[in-house]
Amino acid sequence: MFFPIPDFKGFDFFPHGTRLPFMKYKGLALVMSVVLMVGSVALFLVHGLNYGVDFKGGSLIEVQSKSGPADVSEVRKKLNDLGIGDVQIQAFGSDTDLLIRVEQQAGDEAAQQVAMKKVVDALGDGYVQRRIEVVGPAVSSELRSTSIIALIASLFAVSLYVWFRFDWQFAAGVILSLLHDVLLTIGIFSLFWLEFDLSIVAAVLTIVGYSMNDSVVVSDRIRENLRKYKRMELNELLDLSINETLSRTVLTGMTAIAGIAALLLFGGEVIRNFSLAMLLGIVIGTYSSIFIAAPLLGFIGIKRDNLVGGGSKTAPGAEKSNKKEPAGAV
Amino acid sequence: MLHFERWKIIAIVMTCMAGIFFTLPNFFSKETVESWPSWMPHRQLPLGLDLQGGAHLLLALDTKELEKDWLTTMRDDARKQLREAKVGFTGLGIVGNAVQVKISKPEDLEKAKQALDKLVLPIGSALMGTGANDISVTVSGADTITLAPTEPGMQHRVSSAVSAAIETVNRRVNAMGTSESTVVRQGSDRILVQFPGLHDTTLLKDLIGQTAKLTFHSVHPTMSAEDAAQSRPPVGYKVYPGVEGEESGRSYLLRDSPVVSGEDLVDSQPGFDSRTNEPIISFRFNQSGARKFGNFTKDHVGQPFAIVLDNKVLSAPVIREPILGGSGQISGSFTVESANTLAVQLRSGALPAKLTVVEERSVGPSLGADSIEAGKLAGLVGLLLTAILTTVAYGTFGVIACVGLLVHGFLILALMTMIGATLTLPGIAGFVLTIGMAVDANVLIYERMREELRNGKSPIAAIENGFQRAFVTIFDSQLTTLFAAIIMFWLGSGPIRGFAVTLTLGILTSVFAAVTVTRLLVALWLKNAKSKGRITEVPV
Repeated sequence: MFFPIPDFKGFDFFPHGTRLPFMKYKGLALVMSVVLMVGSVALFLVHGLNYGVDFKGGSLIEVQSKSGPADVSEVRKKLNDLGIGDVQIQAFGSDTDLLIRVEQQAGDEAAQQVAMKKVVDALGDGYVQRRIEVVGPAVSSELRSTSIIALIASLFAVSLYVWFRFDWQFAAGVILSLLHDVLLTIGIFSLFWLEFDLSIVAAVLTIVGYSMNDSVVVSDRIRENLRKYKRMELNELLDLSINETLSRTVLTGMTAIAGIAALLLFGGEVIRNFSLAMLLGIVIGTYSSIFIAAPLLGFIGIKRDNLVGGGSKTAPGAEKSNKKEPAGAV
Repeated sequence: MLHFERWKIIAIVMTCMAGIFFTLPNFFSKETVESWPSWMPHRQLPLGLDLQGGAHLLLALDTKELEKDWLTTMRDDARKQLREAKVGFTGLGIVGNAVQVKISKPEDLEKAKQALDKLVLPIGSALMGTGANDISVTVSGADTITLAPTEPGMQHRVSSAVSAAIETVNRRVNAMGTSESTVVRQGSDRILVQFPGLHDTTLLKDLIGQTAKLTFHSVHPTMSAEDAAQSRPPVGYKVYPGVEGEESGRSYLLRDSPVVSGEDLVDSQPGFDSRTNEPIISFRFNQSGARKFGNFTKDHVGQPFAIVLDNKVLSAPVIREPILGGSGQISGSFTVESANTLAVQLRSGALPAKLTVVEERSVGPSLGADSIEAGKLAGLVGLLLTAILTTVAYGTFGVIACVGLLVHGFLILALMTMIGATLTLPGIAGFVLTIGMAVDANVLIYERMREELRNGKSPIAAIENGFQRAFVTIFDSQLTTLFAAIIMFWLGSGPIRGFAVTLTLGILTSVFAAVTVTRLLVALWLKNAKSKGRITEVPV
C-alpha cells in the first residue's frame, strides 16, 4: 500500500529524562502567586477597570477621515463644546481612523441617542462613520450582572466537574489556579488601563476553559503516577508528573499562542484587546497549572488508597486500558 | 484500535468529503455559486453584521405608557359599566397603578362589584391553564372598589403589545426596501431589529421611534383652550398642545374620544399640495372610517376639526364642505423627508406604545470588509504556524495531524454553513483559537506514543496505547472547554454567541479530526510500513 509522506522523526522539545525541579520552588511560586492575586484584587478595588461602553454605558463612534490623516485636536475642539460631558478621542489603527467615546449621559436611554447625534452632526461631512455603539443604562447594567454571573457559573461548573472526576484535593488546586488566572488577567487590564468590555469576558471564560484543560491533563498524570509508583515520595512524584506532561503543556501552549499571535498581529484593531487578553490568559494559565495546581497538592497531601476511579465513569473508550490496571487499585 | 472495517473507512472518508463539498460555496462569489448546477451546494455562510456592515438596534417597549393606557381604558370602561348598572359613584380615578371608585350608597356596593366584575377577562393560554385573570376587583372599606391589573395580566398585555409592535416595526422596516432585515422579540419587553447593509441608522430610528397614532377630533365649539386650562376642561374634553413647527405654542380644546382614528386608514402617501407646493400626506379611509368621517364633516361644516398625531395637534383646519369620498390630505409643517416617514408610519399602523433604543451597534461596510480581510489573514497565518510547529515537533505523524487540522477546518465551516450560523468577527477568532487547540488532542496522543516507545513497547503497541490512553485525557480536557463555551452561549449577546458557537462546533470537529481521522491515517501508514517489512521505528 502506498503512503505519500516519507518517514521522518519530529524534534523533541523536552527529551526523555528532563527533570526540572519544579517542586523545589513550590513555596516561592505559591507565595508569588498569592501576592500577585492579592495585588490584582487591590488594583481592581483601588484603580478599578477601564470599562467599555458595554458595561459603563455611553457611546462609541469609530470614524474615518475622508481626506488625509484625521486631526485629533481639531475633532476635539469640535466635540468639547457640545455639552455632553467627557469625550475621549484616540487614534485607532491607521492615522485616518479615530475612536470617539462619549460618557453615559444623565437621564434615560433617549439621552444617549441625542448625544450621539450631536457628535455625528458636529463631525460633519469630512468623516465616514465606521462603527457606532450606543449602550443605554438599562442594558449596560444587565450586561454587568450577566457577566459576573457567567464568570461565577463557569468557575462553579468546572470546579464541580473536577471534584466529580478527581478528589477534592485536586479540585482545590484547580480552582485556585483558575481563580489565579481570572484575577491576574483582570489585574493586568486594570494596571495597563486596557478597555474591559464584553469580549474580554468571553476571553476570560475561554481562558478558564483552557487553563482547566491544562490542569486536568497534569492532574490526570498525577493520578496515574500515584497508582503506578506507590512508594514514591509525593513531591518527587508531582515533579515527575509535571515533567512528563511538560512537552505537551508547552507545545499546546505554543500552538495556541501561534494562533492568537496571528489574531493579535493581523486580526484588526477591533479584536486587538480580545486577542491580547487571550494571549495573557494562556501564558498565565500555563504557568498556573504547573506552579499552582500541582504544588498545592504537595502542600495539602493526598491519601493514595481512596483515589476516585479513572476514566471508566465518563469515558467508555477508556475501559480497555483500565482492565490492565483495575481502577482504584493500589 | 488500529483496525478499521471497510464501512468505517468509507464513512470517515465520506464525512470529510461532505465537509469539503459543503464548504465549497464559501470560497466563491455569490454570482459564481448561483450559476452552479442544482446538485451542487449553494448555501454560503451568512456574514454577521460586524462583517458585512449593518445596524443592530435593541428597542424597549415603554411598559409604563402601556400600563397608563390600560388604566385609562379601565377607568372609562368602569364608568360605562357603573352607569349601565345605574350605580351612583364619586371620585372615579387612577390612583397609583390602580383604578379606584367610591360608591355613593353602601347598598349598591354588591351591584357595583358585579358590574365591574364584567370587565375581568381570563387570560386564555393553553399552556398556563386557566385561573389567572387580567384584572383584580377588590372591595376595601365600606364604599371603595379597586381595579388593579394583575401580574400575569400585565405580562400578557406586554407580551401581546410586543407582538403587535413587532408586526408594525416589520412593516415599517420593510418599507425601506429590503426583506433581509429581521425583527425578533428579545426577553419580555424588547425587540431586536437587525438590518444588514445599513449603517446610517437615523432614518431607521425616525421610522420606528414614533408611535404614529393618528386621530381626528372635534374641537370644542365655544370654549378656548386657554379658558379650559385656567378652569377645568368640560367632561370629555382635553387640552392638546400643537406639534413643533407652525403649531408650536398653540393648544386646542378637543373632545377626548376621536371621531376617526388611524386604524381606519387603508392608505397614506406623501405628495405635494397642488396650490402651495408644500409637502403633504394624502390618505384614504376604509368604508366605516369614510362613513364616520363623512357624517361628522356633514354635521360640522364651518367648524374646525383637529388632526392629532401622538397627542399633538398637527393642524386644525375648518371644514368647508362635507368630505364624503373617504379621502383627504394632511398638511402641516412637513419637509419632504418627514412627510415620507410619516406616510410610512401611518400605512404600517400605530405602535401600541413608544419604543426606545436601548442599545445600538452599527458597523459600516468598509470596516466590515477590512475585518473579513484581517480575519482571513489571521486564520491562514494561524493555520500555517500551527502546521509548521506540529510538523517540526512530530515528523511524519505531525504531517498527519496537519491533515486532521485541515479536515477540522473544513468540517467546522461546513457545519456552520449547514446550520445557518452567522460568521462574526469573534467567530473568526474562535475559529483561529480552535485550530490551536485542535492540535492539543494530537499532541496528547503523540506524547503518549513517545512515552510508550521509551518504556520499551513495540512500535505497534506504542501507537495503539497512544491513541487509547490519551483518549480519557482528551475527553476530560475538551469537555471543560465545552462548559465554558456553553456558558458563553448563555451569556450571549450577538457577537459573543458567535464565538461560543464556533468554539463548540470546533471542539466536536477537532475531536473527530484528531481521534478518528488521524487514527485512520496512522493505520494506513502502519499498513504501508508492514507491507515493507518489520517496523522498527515510529516517525513521531
